[in-house]
Amino acid sequence: MYSQALDERDGVADEAVNAAFEQRVAAEEKVEANDRMPAAYRKTLIRQISQHAHSEIIGMQPEGNWITRAPSLRRKAILLAKVQDEAGHGLYLYAAAETLGVSREELVDQLLAGTAKYSSIFNYPTLTWADMGAIGWLVDGAAIMNQIPLCRCSYGPYARAMMRICKEESFHQRQGFEIMVTLSRGTEAQRAMAQDALNRWWWPSLMMFGPHDSESTHSDTSMRWKIKRFSNDELRQKFVDVTVPQADFLGLAVPDPDLRYDDATGHYVFGEPDWSEFKAVLRGEGPCNAQRLAHRRRAHDDGAWVREAAQAHAAKQQAEQVA
Amino acid sequence: MVSPTSEQLLTYADGALILSHRLSEWMSNAPTMEEDIALGNIALDLLGQARGLLQHLGNEDELAYFREPQEFRNPLLCELPNGDYAHAMIRQLFADAWFAEVWPQLAADGTVDIDVRGVAEKAVKENAYHWRHSSAWVVRLGDGTDESHRRTQDALDAIWPYRGEVASDQWYARVEPVLAQATLTTPGRDAWIQRGSADGWHTEHLGYLLAEMQSLARAHPGATW
Amino acid sequence: MKTTSGQWPLWEVFLRSRNGLHHQHVGSVHAVDAEMAVANARDVYTRRGEGVSIWVVPSAAIVASDPGEKGELFEPALDKVYRHPTFYEIPDGVANI
Repeated sequence: MYSQALDERDGVADEAVNAAFEQRVAAEEKVEANDRMPAAYRKTLIRQISQHAHSEIIGMQPEGNWITRAPSLRRKAILLAKVQDEAGHGLYLYAAAETLGVSREELVDQLLAGTAKYSSIFNYPTLTWADMGAIGWLVDGAAIMNQIPLCRCSYGPYARAMMRICKEESFHQRQGFEIMVTLSRGTEAQRAMAQDALNRWWWPSLMMFGPHDSESTHSDTSMRWKIKRFSNDELRQKFVDVTVPQADFLGLAVPDPDLRYDDATGHYVFGEPDWSEFKAVLRGEGPCNAQRLAHRRRAHDDGAWVREAAQAHAAKQQAEQVA
Repeated sequence: MVSPTSEQLLTYADGALILSHRLSEWMSNAPTMEEDIALGNIALDLLGQARGLLQHLGNEDELAYFREPQEFRNPLLCELPNGDYAHAMIRQLFADAWFAEVWPQLAADGTVDIDVRGVAEKAVKENAYHWRHSSAWVVRLGDGTDESHRRTQDALDAIWPYRGEVASDQWYARVEPVLAQATLTTPGRDAWIQRGSADGWHTEHLGYLLAEMQSLARAHPGATW
Repeated sequence: MKTTSGQWPLWEVFLRSRNGLHHQHVGSVHAVDAEMAVANARDVYTRRGEGVSIWVVPSAAIVASDPGEKGELFEPALDKVYRHPTFYEIPDGVANI
């Protein structure tokens, strides 16, 4: 791979290089694949981009769960396209990570071994069709909030992958909100389904922004390196501010007794997510952690003979060409 | 040329619909992530074709969600369960070879409705790509490793009897060279053929497929989604 | 192409979004051969009609300039301002130049 030869140089703790790097990044200059960069910057990016890629790939499951039961052919086509996009987003991101000198296989192995993290939200079950609406509206909404600033990330290949993803992601959020609108204007059973989905997805969506700034471990360096542009709490506040009026429009109740609009600040004041639940899900104790990983491992294992066959066939073809 | 009857159009529509459903079951289960996307593309193309024809024949959702299994007219081939990737690719090869005849005929048939011809014209191009995909994979798997050869031969033997509703001389002419290139042994044109769905006979698999597909729509009759 | 322990080779993907434009690098795919690389690039990078032509190149075949030599490679061009038309002053009243 064309970026790998450069890895060795990172090992040299060249303070002058690091200082020059910090200056370039502070001046909003983009970093590209082959550029010299501090080893810690490379490591941080590999961790973040691969977690993001894993999230997209695991994220196919909760929604994939409803493709075969989508209640109309139009909805089925939309959902299928959306889940397929998630695979695409995973691949854009693995490709961006690979420019840093790590192979996709290595990253996938970490996921399958259970040593890599992915977004905690995908460890919740999708129990009704309304969850397809809630995921698009809330989960993709929260994701977009996180991702738009990443389009300006200092690392060029990541920023470009994110631009592509954000463009596609806005369809995801809109189709979700459209499902919520349809359900909230539908039969009594459909309205109840929509409210139930909001009840279950609201708090996990708020947790998607990560722990409070005071508890967040990697935040400061990531901000300095222009990988991150806004803090967790800033983004969470922004999400609540735009989402609550949308819930009002739907005639659905946000499941937070402490929620109120503060005239003085122009922001919503909201309650505390259950952080012990957040930590438990990250530890692997969420409702679907085991199931999601087992699914991924099964697909990977079941596909092994296919991947080997394709390789073996290509090798035969090449041998024939040479002969 | 005799204009295709509604019954024939329904056969094409149901074939595309049910096969699309089977392919959609692969999402997040494919052997590579690239294949997840490829199968998703094919499933979406087929679903679009099915919808185009069903909209011509009536209300697409009424037809898809509120008919009984015995009213479906898809070739049995399309409803066979996914099995392993070799089964999926052999099934796809057979179906793609069938549609490779269906769509150009419909597209060129001046006696059919303009909207049906429109569906067919678009489908011709889509089908060409599907065929490239399935034939390339059948060759890779047949002429890959010992294990992949065994699995693909097993799949061919298991699915061959279901060719009856889709096979013609042109179909054999399309399929046989690919199977030969894949180093597979074809059971032969005269081999036993399973009875088809024209008079309502299906495999037991379709009932389960539809029970899943129709469950939500049927739980809320009259609702819009 | 040589492959190691199950990892499929990496290919860089370039798309021409429409005729008249250059191909542009968009990312990479894994594939066992060129045919599969084109198919995968099509499926992964053109789901919304983003391209009319695809190039795939084995990543290993790309020779990149050394970023450490950025100074000697590219800086000498920066001060050759006379290569740009805006360097020249044309008196008012002269047309078509």
